[in-house]
Amino acid sequence: MLLLDCPFCGVRPEIEFACGGRSHVQRPGPPEQVSDEQWSAYLFFQPNPKGLLRERWRHVVGCGLWFNVERDTVTHAVTQVYEMGAAPAETTP
Amino acid sequence: MQRYSLAALLRHGLNGHRGWQANWGVEQPQASYDAIVIGGGGHGLATAYYLAENHGLRRVAVLEKGWIGGGNTGRNTTIIRSNYLFPESAAFYDFSVKLYEKLSRTLNYNIMFSQRGMILLAHSRHDMENVSRWASAMHLNGIDAEILDAARVKKLVPIIDASPSARIPIYGGMNQPRGGSARHDAVAWGYARAAAARGVDIVQNCEVLGFETAAGRISGVVTSKGTIAAPKVAIAVAGHSSALAAKAGIELPVNSYALQAFVSEPVKPMLDTVVLSPATGMYFSQSDKGELVIGGGLDLYASYAQRGNFPTVEKTVAAMVDMFPSVGRLRFMRQWAGIVDVVHDSSPIIDRTSVPGLYINCGWGTGGFKAIPAGGWTFAHTIAHDDPHPLAKPFGFARFTSGAMIDEAAAAGIAH
Ligand SMILES: Cc1cc2nc3c(=O)[nH]c(=O)nc-3n(C[C@H](O)[C@H](O)[C@H](O)COP(=O)(O)OP(=O)(O)OC[C@H]3O[C@@H](n4cnc5c(N)ncnc54)[C@H](O)[C@@H]3O)c2cc1C
Ligand SMILES: [Zn+2]
Repeated sequence: MLLLDCPFCGVRPEIEFACGGRSHVQRPGPPEQVSDEQWSAYLFFQPNPKGLLRERWRHVVGCGLWFNVERDTVTHAVTQVYEMGAAPAETTP
Repeated sequence: MQRYSLAALLRHGLNGHRGWQANWGVEQPQASYDAIVIGGGGHGLATAYYLAENHGLRRVAVLEKGWIGGGNTGRNTTIIRSNYLFPESAAFYDFSVKLYEKLSRTLNYNIMFSQRGMILLAHSRHDMENVSRWASAMHLNGIDAEILDAARVKKLVPIIDASPSARIPIYGGMNQPRGGSARHDAVAWGYARAAAARGVDIVQNCEVLGFETAAGRISGVVTSKGTIAAPKVAIAVAGHSSALAAKAGIELPVNSYALQAFVSEPVKPMLDTVVLSPATGMYFSQSDKGELVIGGGLDLYASYAQRGNFPTVEKTVAAMVDMFPSVGRLRFMRQWAGIVDVVHDSSPIIDRTSVPGLYINCGWGTGGFKAIPAGGWTFAHTIAHDDPHPLAKPFGFARFTSGAMIDEAAAAGIAH
């Protein structure tokens, strides 16, 4: 069982959360200037690291809010939790 | 290759079974090959076999970092079916089922393919509508399927709780009678043995660490057993595709997740088909040894840890116990997970890459065991001709920019 530390509610088990996938993915624009290749890269070709990943989680059955988690995809260790819109701290692996 | 037969079994029996030979495997790879296949799962081994058998390549190696079949191929719940919605998938997966039907003879190796049928359950009126759309799409693609009412489901699966008070109601379902299961290890071993007999070197404990290029083309691989030259290199490493392709500077539209399975203690025969409940994600069959082989949905966050988490176990088991109350007191013997390579449209990728001479077969996600014969067949063609096999063409990289996705996940609600 993953334990996640919701910045608003505290530590809760993973069944209370939903994972929303990678954070900090920038939508290209303005739309009329974006090529098919750029859309494709934005939509589909995103890193799938074996190691540290920054992703969004939502505390679905708690406060309902989104936040960011940095997690190791091999060990599942959480290395930092930070609010939406905030920048992550640099991680020393 | 020593052929297997009843006569051979008797002959060796009289000699105390001391005359059997090793079937595959070399300790050290040669310095160069005509083609290297990375990954000794079902897809890699089948690819090597068809490169030799269909395309006459003899100097081929399969490089496996652990032992053959130790990845998802040896971890899967072995359901084989071709109940897809779109023509591209129907053609591809039904070709695979047809190759499976002959595979024991083709390989002279009993893969124990048992076409016991595969039943999808419908739990609501809407599920029934979906099932009839689905079966009709299959009929249009020339694949047999029958729609079942609740009484017929109960007849085929007597242990199901189809009573009016059931917590998860049974409205009916759909059956693909040619679906079923096969023995996972036998598929890997059968292809490995037949490939080795055609001169393919199968090298275990040989991890590929990087790629070599010359004049913009692939020229070889760097491995834990040294550098090996080859003008053609093919990747078939499932959940580790992103990590390996990155070493050749290639980004993939793949996400890696853990998918779990569980096995109960063995019991007397209680289920002679496969049942799947798309709404709850739970499915199971009974192995020849009597164990119930149970699967569920994905652990829905990125993972490279070959172990699953408990919430998925609980969800799967809860659905199972509700629908099949008689299994409630069985104990689990084993639980495990494999890392599956999921693509946005739940369809695979078989294609060349941006590096000439480097090919990839991945994106099988939760359902690539059924696709091993067709995956190997079409990937070998793609490598040998440097041009995708017609059945594989729709499953190339081009779809991610053209938008011609084969969106089986959204359309068919396929759980695995
Ligand atoms: C729990 C579970 C249940 C499943 N149930 C079904 C089912 O019922 N029906 C179905 O059709 N499919 C099912 N699947 C999916 C199916 O198992 C896979 O799609 C299929 O086995 C993929 O085969 P593969 O040969 O591509 O990969 P694998 O069998 O995973 O083989 C890849 C190999 O590559 C090796 N490798 C990785 N990196 C390297 C490297 N750098 N160098 C050398 N070797 C490397 C690995 O060790 C591995 O042996 C299930 C999967 C799981 C996990
Ligand atoms: Zn919260």
